[in-house]
Amino acid sequence: MQIFGILRTAATALIAASGIGTAVPKKLNVVATTPDLGAIAREIGGDLVLVTALAKPTEDPHFVDAKPSHLVTLNRADVLIEGGAELELGWLPPLLDNARNDKIAAGAPGHIVASQGIAMIEVPTTFDRSKGDVHSLGNPHFLMDPMNVKIVAKNMADHLAQVSPASAETFKANLKSFNDRIDQKFVEWKKRLVAYRDAKLVTYHKDFDYLAARFDLEIVETLEPKPGIAPSPAHLAKVVSAMKAKNARVILVQPYQNRKTAETVARQTGATVLDVPQQPGAVQNTSTYFDLMDHIVTTLAAGLEAKP
Amino acid sequence: MRTPLVAVIIGLLGASMVAAQKPDSTRADSATRSRERRALDSLAAVIRSLQARVDTLAQGAGDAAAKPAPQSQGQPTRTSGAYMNIGFDGLSDFGWSSEPDVGSLQLGDHDPAVRGFTIPNAELTLDGAVDPYFKGFANIVYKLDSGGETGVELEEVYVLTTSLPGNLQLRGGQFFTEFGRQNPQHPHSWSFVDQPLVLNRMFGPDGLRSQGARLSWLVPTRWYAEAMVSVLNSAGGTAFSFRSDESGGIHGGVPVSRAVLKLQDLLIVPRITASFELTSTQTLLVGASAAFGPNNSGPAARTRIIGADLYWKWKSATASAGFPFVSFQTEALFRRYDAAERESAEDPGVTLPGQKLQDRGFYSQLLWGIKPRIVAGLRGDFVNGSEAAFDAALRAERYRLSPNLTWYPTEFSKLRLQYNYDHRKGIGSDHSLWLQFEFILGAHAAHKF
Repeated sequence: MQIFGILRTAATALIAASGIGTAVPKKLNVVATTPDLGAIAREIGGDLVLVTALAKPTEDPHFVDAKPSHLVTLNRADVLIEGGAELELGWLPPLLDNARNDKIAAGAPGHIVASQGIAMIEVPTTFDRSKGDVHSLGNPHFLMDPMNVKIVAKNMADHLAQVSPASAETFKANLKSFNDRIDQKFVEWKKRLVAYRDAKLVTYHKDFDYLAARFDLEIVETLEPKPGIAPSPAHLAKVVSAMKAKNARVILVQPYQNRKTAETVARQTGATVLDVPQQPGAVQNTSTYFDLMDHIVTTLAAGLEAKP
Repeated sequence: MRTPLVAVIIGLLGASMVAAQKPDSTRADSATRSRERRALDSLAAVIRSLQARVDTLAQGAGDAAAKPAPQSQGQPTRTSGAYMNIGFDGLSDFGWSSEPDVGSLQLGDHDPAVRGFTIPNAELTLDGAVDPYFKGFANIVYKLDSGGETGVELEEVYVLTTSLPGNLQLRGGQFFTEFGRQNPQHPHSWSFVDQPLVLNRMFGPDGLRSQGARLSWLVPTRWYAEAMVSVLNSAGGTAFSFRSDESGGIHGGVPVSRAVLKLQDLLIVPRITASFELTSTQTLLVGASAAFGPNNSGPAARTRIIGADLYWKWKSATASAGFPFVSFQTEALFRRYDAAERESAEDPGVTLPGQKLQDRGFYSQLLWGIKPRIVAGLRGDFVNGSEAAFDAALRAERYRLSPNLTWYPTEFSKLRLQYNYDHRKGIGSDHSLWLQFEFILGAHAAHKF
């Protein structure tokens, strides 16, 4: 039929123009939904993987556009790593429906769910959106706890080994050296923050709870009244009085969160606003997980050190 | 292991404190005292870091020993929606128009239909994996007509293959046909309270959808490109420009009954679409579509519709909840409706001459996501049709300008205010103001780009 003929000609021309067939080295094509997962994958995969992250480090990972270019990236992926705790629920499912890639289908070895094996916190007992946009599987910001990162890394190494059995030993060795470094750096981070044990913090969203629990810090309030719900004046007034009563001196915000709201609260309480990104690459020189955590710990320590 | 280590350290610390206190009691010098406090603090820090180290080791050992445990603890079984996502979407409108017969102005099935209140779309959505090979989708729509009567519509029911080779994907069932950008979207995804005029004219009040199959090929290019073709039944109200009983609105005659005799009597809809990342924050999506099929103005008459669409979006690199953003969307369509010699619907006995009826139109809409959850929009609509031997309101020139403002309290609810300045050639201008409210229950609304 004529239409099919036209389509075929158009498709052939497109293929010719795109340069398909150019030799690609046999690295595993690993796609991570967010840059933090990508950074860990780079450590475990080393030279054997080519990692792409779908979300930008500076954007809100809950609201990424399901862009057609992501579809192409997923179509070519050997491995997909997703957070798993519904962080990507608003944009990953339609991409996966159309990716036409069995390698990363749910349940395939090439589909890694990072939250697997993590002891999630704030898992709701009832599903009720009047409590805000609570994820039914628990708080998805678990990579802020280095101990969780070890679990994720192990999960990745296991899956990568299944996808590419010939490289299993390399992934295992990379995992060991990564975990050793985590242990070593963890002591360093802990030491740096130990002087601020039980220090009171305020965050914009419930995104630093795992970090606070691991480093013995206390989050007294969030600027959002409920997860995903924009701060209201009434709620901010409550935050201000709680901060004064509990002597909370810092407010943590990520690059995509409303810094102005945090600044207003800071002015009323004498607190400091700290820019603390959770994604590697969101600020300069934080391309690895270690760089990022160094940055977070240093920023936190400096902020908590400063006199009110 | 942990207790003895901590005990030893505490013992050591205690001894050092006793030692430190001796000179303090004799000299009582404040400088010395603060130096000692610092020493004590750093000793405490060392202890804590050692403790942390021990914690780490203990946790590591624990993880190794009890590997399966955290999984059952951390991943509670989801009892709801385990095999199927269930969602519900309720859309209601309230408003007023200077045209008392609102239905003559707002022609879409999901548009506000009366002065006062309309519930044009209450939609039950179901989806899930059928098995490893198919995903299933269903949309069942309840709507209240202008008289308040409930209508039920099996809007979509289809399966999508998940594991065809060669980047192919097959969709089968009844579904909104992939022609242009907005036609496949459900009213909930629209950025305005009503259907664009040009889509109403070409595809009817409920858009182009029918029973059939669609084969799509994701072209293996570096950028996104997808080629698809749908083969569909060409009859019914949702094949408006084809074998529809309501086609009299287009050709002014009495529709004839036509049987399906050959493949060409089905509706064929090819589409090609491509997308480019212009910068890291700007995306362009373009497409071209066509629809070929029989129409029932006569036993051999045919219709051809072609369309082009473009969508551009800028989204801030530090977007919060998806804001701020600016997007531009436009679609232009052209239809050639080869009307056969036919009996006039208005004057029985009068024969209308065979004629090539040409209609065209476009809409363009600009959206500005000013700050989280606030979107300002402006849409322009234009349609007209070639001269014909009869009068058809559905082919007359018309334009419309619609500014609106939408507030999304969360992604599960929205409140939209829209004004329409509407001009119908030969009739005059009308003003309408509509307030729309929408809520979503159940499955999280995931959006395609």
